[in-house]
Amino acid sequence: MKDDTVKLTLPAAGPATERPISIAIVAMGGQGGGVLTDWIVKLAENQGWVAQSTSVPGVAQRTGATIYYVEMMPPLDGRRPILAQMPTPGDVDVVLASEFMEAGRSILRGIVTPDRTTLIASNHRSLAITEKMAPGEGIADKSAVSQAIGVTARREIVFDMDALAVRNGSVISAAMFGALAGADILPFGQDDYLTVIREGGRGVEASIRTFEAAYTRANSGAAPAQTGEQPERPPAEAATVDPRFLPLLTRLRETLPDAAHAMAEAGLRKVVDYQDLDYGREYLDLLDRLHAADAEAGGAGKGHLFTVTAAKYLANAMAYDDVIRVADLKTRAQRRARIEREMGLREGQVLQTTEFMHPRMEEVNGLLPARLGRWIEARPRLFAWLDRRISKGRRVRTYTLRWFLMLYLVSSLRWLRRRSLRHEVETAHRDAWLAAATRALANNYQLGVEVLQCRRLVKGYSDTHTRGLSKFDKVVATIALLEGRADAADWARRLREAAIRDASQKQLDGTIATIKSFL
Amino acid sequence: MAERSFAREVEDLRLSGGEIFSGEGILAITKALLQSGVSYVGGYQGSPISHLMDVLADAKDVLDELDVIFQSSANEATAAAMLSASVMYPLRGAVAWKSTVGTNVASDALANLSSGGVTGGAMIIIGEDYGEGSSIMQERTHAFAMKSQMWLLDPRPDHTCIVDLIEKGFQLSEASNTPVMLEVRVRTCHMHGSFVAKDNVKPVFTLKDALNNPKRDLSRIVLPPAAYEHEQEKIHKRLPAAIDFVRDNKLNEWMGPSEGKIGILIQGGMYNSVIRALQYLGLSDAYGNTKVPLYVMNVTYPVIDTEVADFCRDKDAVLMIEEGQPEYLEQAINTVLRRRDINTRVSGKDVLPMGGDYTAQVLMQGIETFLATNDPHLLGNRPPLPDPKPVLALPEVQRLQTVVPPRPPGLCTGCPERPIFASMKLVEEELGTHHVSADIGCHLFSILPPFDLGATTMGFGLGPASTSAFNVKADKRSIAIMGDGGFWHNGLTSGIGNAVFNKHDGVFVIVDNYYSSATGGQDILSSRAQNANRSTNNSIVEALHGIGAKWVRQIDRTYDVTKMRDTLKEALTTKEEGPKIIVASSECMLNKQRRVKPQIAKAIKGGQRVVKERFGVDEDVCTGDHACIRLSGCPSLSVKQLDDPLRDDPVASIDNSCVACGNCGEVAEAAVLCPSFFRADVIHNPTRWDKFKASLTMAVIGALQRRRAMRRIQFSAAST
Repeated sequence: MKDDTVKLTLPAAGPATERPISIAIVAMGGQGGGVLTDWIVKLAENQGWVAQSTSVPGVAQRTGATIYYVEMMPPLDGRRPILAQMPTPGDVDVVLASEFMEAGRSILRGIVTPDRTTLIASNHRSLAITEKMAPGEGIADKSAVSQAIGVTARREIVFDMDALAVRNGSVISAAMFGALAGADILPFGQDDYLTVIREGGRGVEASIRTFEAAYTRANSGAAPAQTGEQPERPPAEAATVDPRFLPLLTRLRETLPDAAHAMAEAGLRKVVDYQDLDYGREYLDLLDRLHAADAEAGGAGKGHLFTVTAAKYLANAMAYDDVIRVADLKTRAQRRARIEREMGLREGQVLQTTEFMHPRMEEVNGLLPARLGRWIEARPRLFAWLDRRISKGRRVRTYTLRWFLMLYLVSSLRWLRRRSLRHEVETAHRDAWLAAATRALANNYQLGVEVLQCRRLVKGYSDTHTRGLSKFDKVVATIALLEGRADAADWARRLREAAIRDASQKQLDGTIATIKSFL
Repeated sequence: MAERSFAREVEDLRLSGGEIFSGEGILAITKALLQSGVSYVGGYQGSPISHLMDVLADAKDVLDELDVIFQSSANEATAAAMLSASVMYPLRGAVAWKSTVGTNVASDALANLSSGGVTGGAMIIIGEDYGEGSSIMQERTHAFAMKSQMWLLDPRPDHTCIVDLIEKGFQLSEASNTPVMLEVRVRTCHMHGSFVAKDNVKPVFTLKDALNNPKRDLSRIVLPPAAYEHEQEKIHKRLPAAIDFVRDNKLNEWMGPSEGKIGILIQGGMYNSVIRALQYLGLSDAYGNTKVPLYVMNVTYPVIDTEVADFCRDKDAVLMIEEGQPEYLEQAINTVLRRRDINTRVSGKDVLPMGGDYTAQVLMQGIETFLATNDPHLLGNRPPLPDPKPVLALPEVQRLQTVVPPRPPGLCTGCPERPIFASMKLVEEELGTHHVSADIGCHLFSILPPFDLGATTMGFGLGPASTSAFNVKADKRSIAIMGDGGFWHNGLTSGIGNAVFNKHDGVFVIVDNYYSSATGGQDILSSRAQNANRSTNNSIVEALHGIGAKWVRQIDRTYDVTKMRDTLKEALTTKEEGPKIIVASSECMLNKQRRVKPQIAKAIKGGQRVVKERFGVDEDVCTGDHACIRLSGCPSLSVKQLDDPLRDDPVASIDNSCVACGNCGEVAEAAVLCPSFFRADVIHNPTRWDKFKASLTMAVIGALQRRRAMRRIQFSAAST
């Protein structure tokens, strides 16, 4: 109960400044905020209090952000309190947030204040559409919310309530109810909460299990502020290294600077896994040459950033995505094991998967030996005729003998890869890129690094890949114009970021126009 | 079948005298109607009054016992016209809708109804969808009440007060031969509270009695000269009768001290927030004991002149608290005082915002300003006011502004409308952008990311009609979207009939998801479910043919993105003249899941062979471009960061809320995106043949996998 003691000149009929306990529940539509609200109301009513809840579901029911609000107060001499229908910024006792960014939104609404608010929030993320649809990395920064909670909440109880609920076979509303009980803010006992859940009738056991786990977690005092509960990964060293791979690994460790070891090892693994040991050697040869250029440009003083960056993007460039790669990944035993895990496959159940593939003549032609491929490419009508036979959506039933054998066969075409048309094209592109980076490096170290990073723009399949390549070409060509300027690296970074952010290339074209205006 | 089952709430409708009703505001209103002896109830669903319609639809038995007829009206005009049963007969009736949108549709009938007047009590329950959480334009219903002269009740947000006013409202309607509107705001409709119930009342005079003994009276029909008579009657008879009734029955309330230098007049609906604001200012306790004289207008139209004059007479100044604009009440107060030459100052919109929610905080500021000018003494001992500004100014909070992403509503997981808009995006890539007229319904979410489709929305069922000006030959055609709900509400005639008649060349997409989904999944004419109380399964396509449409394509599985895309392309490019109509049908996934989930669980438990499907993404095949998300926006399709130093961008990922609608796979295939998506079929309780086939296949596959594993370098950590 709040008590702002003041002396009223007019005699008060009751404790004039006593206000109800206010609880705001911020959630996304369909997350069970309604159930939690009903529980809290019932909890208060069972103790003879007056409780009122309001909400504004409307369209927010469909996955939008929404807010539920509860006030509660005991009646006085048979009179019922007049309860407000919405939270007043600066005057909320408890905010329950069912998702971390929604906790952030509640802070922006001003309903979390240091003088009164206990913030109970789940720190799991449910990504908003703008975060998901960004072509690159668009996920909002969780630490900003953690920091804001630190300075706004009187008390915080933050943990992954979603994971806790899933672990206990229930939903987040039960975990939040448990956290509320554990926070010990309302003048009700744990049994009162449990009675409410029991009266609800459905999924009682799992709800109570979840409630109790959350209760304990919230009640165990100031648990260390943690974000996400990631299990420690065993260090890569723990894995036994294939003896055939060892010489390459030794060579890498001997020739490359310490700073680049981790990245280069990951890269080396990727290209060997992609093709073979020989391809791994090619990777190290190229990397050695880039490292030499790096050293010459004074890389030692810059933490060999050029070599580290090259180790990363060269591996990605060499392990370009093609039909062989896709077939290889889809036929691996580890892949099936992962899906079985994800689907929670149990003993006695049978799993089948269907792939949605749409191969085109471009992909098939890329597989052919370079000369044959070019010969066909030079004949558009033949190409189109073949494309009509190949290009169509195919539903591949992976774990049937017929389709598995087909995929297996395609994946075993690795011997053909390095002679293929696609490989020739990719290699030429790669070499031109590395040459551009090395050239830039000589005059402007950072610019060299930036050119290497442009490789990030090339990704995806078919049209997406083509678009990525065109962005890459535009960016690298524009960077070439900038060489010699002191702020070249800066502009290169801006260009790349514009290209990543922008699926339609409008922003990129705008940045290019700006650059051309001052050149 | 509605989104929610109200089987439990129906029991609350049976409560008898003295028992405590505890529940949602809108359900309290429903109970109050039965306590008032209504003969008929109608209306059209929509937030915030959907639950009234839903609970009555589930309450057939209760209604039968009471001889009450309930109809889900075709639209609000139908509902309003239904009230004409009360014109000649002593029958009480009520209709309900979302306002102002519903009142707009109903206006014609309402104007006619209030011209001739009523004999039995006629009440319109208005769900005032204004302020935060509203889904419509921000307007007031007040204007409708004034222009047609219907009384407007705006009860305090308190179940007892609301229920009481409904009963009194019917009496008022009968005493003044005028229909009455009862306005409840969104939060009040969804507010949990309680009241002491009374017995339900069975009407003495029934609809059957009326049909068997028909009556007519030429003077009640809106046709000159009666129409002129009606106007005089309104002014000289009905208004005075209403004023007398409101005053005699004390429908408006005086609270606080009887004397004071200042006073506050408020709309009933504002009461709770005003009390909280006064409490912040140290002028009330939590139980409503206030130090400021209050005049609570539970009836906001008509204004009771004598009451207002009495309240204001000996005060220096009064504050009129009235939400929204224009400030009708403030103007009315001024008129009352000027006519009587009472020189009390009238404040209102000078200290309060013209528009927007009147939250406790907004009211606190307004009242504080009013008091500071007119009676600063009252502010002498105010406690510290709640103030979030210092917190909002903190740099950590400022930074949040740019971090917290907007979270607009969107289509649900597995929504059958998603592939329709994904197809439209694909067509857009090929044929360029088009003028798209959107409509009201879940499909309006197409205007938001990731689809960004739709230029205007002109009202329910009016998507097609709003392309009617674009009936010219051009390189591109207009596209109009309309839902099945809008189609039956009025779109069949206003949109399609209009296009056929005027030979409009545009494309019309009718989104048919078997329900009025956005309002909670109520059945409509073309619903595919069997409904014992209604006639369903009436074909949209047949209706289209019936009205003269020639180019009609029915797509019975919207998830077939390739077909959807090709059909749209054909519609946009065909040489054929006249409207090109595509009916895209698949069941609303929210409703479908509610229907089939228990069935599937039961089948699995019972040992039956069941194939459960879900989609997945191969994380090492996905390159993190997110083109798939830009064509989907499915809540279950998200992204996740991989623990791989070589990767910059998060990859797509599907969580276990996936319902295997297939949209992502179809889109990936139709748009030639990438081969990352797969559908996993898990066979529960497989047959012996299933198991035999699987074990045989997996033996061969396992051997092949082992063969390859032996030959190549194995990385236990790096590869997956």
